Amino acid sequence: MNAASASPSPTSSSSSPSLKARILGTPSAGPLLVLIVFCVIFAFTNPRFLATHNISIILQQTVIIGTLAIGQTLIILTAGIDLAVGAICVLGTIVAGKLVNLGYDPVLSMGFAILLCTLSGLAAGGLVAGLRLPPFIVTLGILGILTAALRLISEGGAFPVRDPFLAWTGTTLKTGGFVLTYGILIMAGLYVFVWYLLNETKWGRHLYAIGNNPEAARLVGIPVRRHLVSVYLLAGLIYGIAAWLALGRIPNADPNALQTANLDSITAVVIGGTSLFGGRGGLIGTLVGALIVGVLRNGLTLAGIDPLWQDLITGILVIVAVALDQMSRRKNR
Amino acid sequence: MTGDISLQPAAGDAPHIVLEARNVVKTYGHVTALDGVDFELRDGEILAIVGDNGAGKSTLIKTLTGAVHPTSGEILLDGRPIQFKGPLGARHAGIETVYQDLAVAPALDIASNLFLGRELRCPGVLGSIFRRLDKRRMRDEAQRAMNELKFRLPSISNAVEALSGGQRQGVAVARAALFARKLVIMDEPTAALGVRETGQVLELIRSIRDRGLPVVLISHNMPNVFEIADRIHIMRLGRRAAVVTPKSHSMNDVVAIMTGAATA
Repeated sequence: MNAASASPSPTSSSSSPSLKARILGTPSAGPLLVLIVFCVIFAFTNPRFLATHNISIILQQTVIIGTLAIGQTLIILTAGIDLAVGAICVLGTIVAGKLVNLGYDPVLSMGFAILLCTLSGLAAGGLVAGLRLPPFIVTLGILGILTAALRLISEGGAFPVRDPFLAWTGTTLKTGGFVLTYGILIMAGLYVFVWYLLNETKWGRHLYAIGNNPEAARLVGIPVRRHLVSVYLLAGLIYGIAAWLALGRIPNADPNALQTANLDSITAVVIGGTSLFGGRGGLIGTLVGALIVGVLRNGLTLAGIDPLWQDLITGILVIVAVALDQMSRRKNR
Repeated sequence: MTGDISLQPAAGDAPHIVLEARNVVKTYGHVTALDGVDFELRDGEILAIVGDNGAGKSTLIKTLTGAVHPTSGEILLDGRPIQFKGPLGARHAGIETVYQDLAVAPALDIASNLFLGRELRCPGVLGSIFRRLDKRRMRDEAQRAMNELKFRLPSISNAVEALSGGQRQGVAVARAALFARKLVIMDEPTAALGVRETGQVLELIRSIRDRGLPVVLISHNMPNVFEIADRIHIMRLGRRAAVVTPKSHSMNDVVAIMTGAATA
């Protein structure tokens, strides 16, 4: 009954999209507006908000979730979801920390840890694409397995990791009064690299097509399963790099760390306008989404407001973002 | 360009046969889906395949597109026997298929959909090392193909989901036409469309034939078939019951042959 009333509308409005429609059609426009509004509000209520060192702090606080959200974006674009984001990242920190503390070469240790994270992604991708299991279940299983295994390895507790190479990503460098860390630069580099993959290469096109309509992708000859495996593999690699960034921020390997990373990364992706149904959205939105969460945390803390409000506002933003996505999908039926 | 002329073969002048099936049998256990069917598609024609449900239309098409391996019998492309290794094999041989269920990626734009699976890369280092897509060339070529097919669309950079159902199917049909070297097979391409949109797609199918590509059209819709087909292949009980033309037979004749009430 809906179809009958909705079908004439696309033909009538198909002539040429107005400027308004084009702006509304750009997936990252809405989130960017929200980010700007928050920045303006916080800047007016507290002049310290816009100080360069505070912006630097926001970026540093965003680095881990912002990096993890890159992998999460890739997987959500395929109409999947990754609940093992945090666990795979913690796997990286524990393995690297443990090996270094045992006296192994720090570069090899970190490399091995990143390799393990990549293999975890490969395992997830193999189960999703090969056995056609739902990504939700596969990554939930990996989350459980890794969480238990990591607690066993680390005998339940956190341990300090003191090594200059592992801490290097937290090293600051000053550029014209602006304090950056190498971790921020690595995150920025990953965003640029994956953005390029998504928007300028065949690999990205095919990823969107698979998320959009896997059957159509298969019919035009895209190797859907192999492509899915490559997506999970790349996501695992990114989680591994995020583990290095995490050790740079806090020189501590903690099996209980990053427990909210799953939901935080999904939040960043969803607030950034990427559809949970796959095939729509992009990386710029995710970066904006991660920054919105970071700015919100920082701004409310500076304003001395109870941190619980952060979660409350973030929750509202998630619901609004998903509701908008649903509405636009229904309109396009 | 020569399509119009080769449509009506002069008497005594044997038309070139692009795709042929000889005595093809397909059984699934005890069920015989194809019982020694013959099939021939001539150059530059629209050949409609009609038949009742279960007459073997789908199985015939699946064997012709490589989705199903025939139990026995042979398939010839341009007179040479050929065995397809799956649907991709048929595509590599130059056969493109359009399905009824709008096989497009709705969030991607028209040009991306036209080139889906066959994207063009930039020339030089940008393409070979940086693997960069040549978006402008794909847009230009998509636009040119659409102009050539006289299929009007709002803008080639629109997302496909902004199009009407007929325009979406037009994109899928144009994609097949753009890449098919031998022929295009369309499996109920207008089944999901309204009357006006069906008209658009039929027009498109005609301009594909006029460019010289033969078309196999599977359809339930008799008026559509009579509107555009040059010849009609009628399936009954897993065999070819007859091949007729819209000029020599009426719709009632065709239905009678389909149901076994009459013979050609």
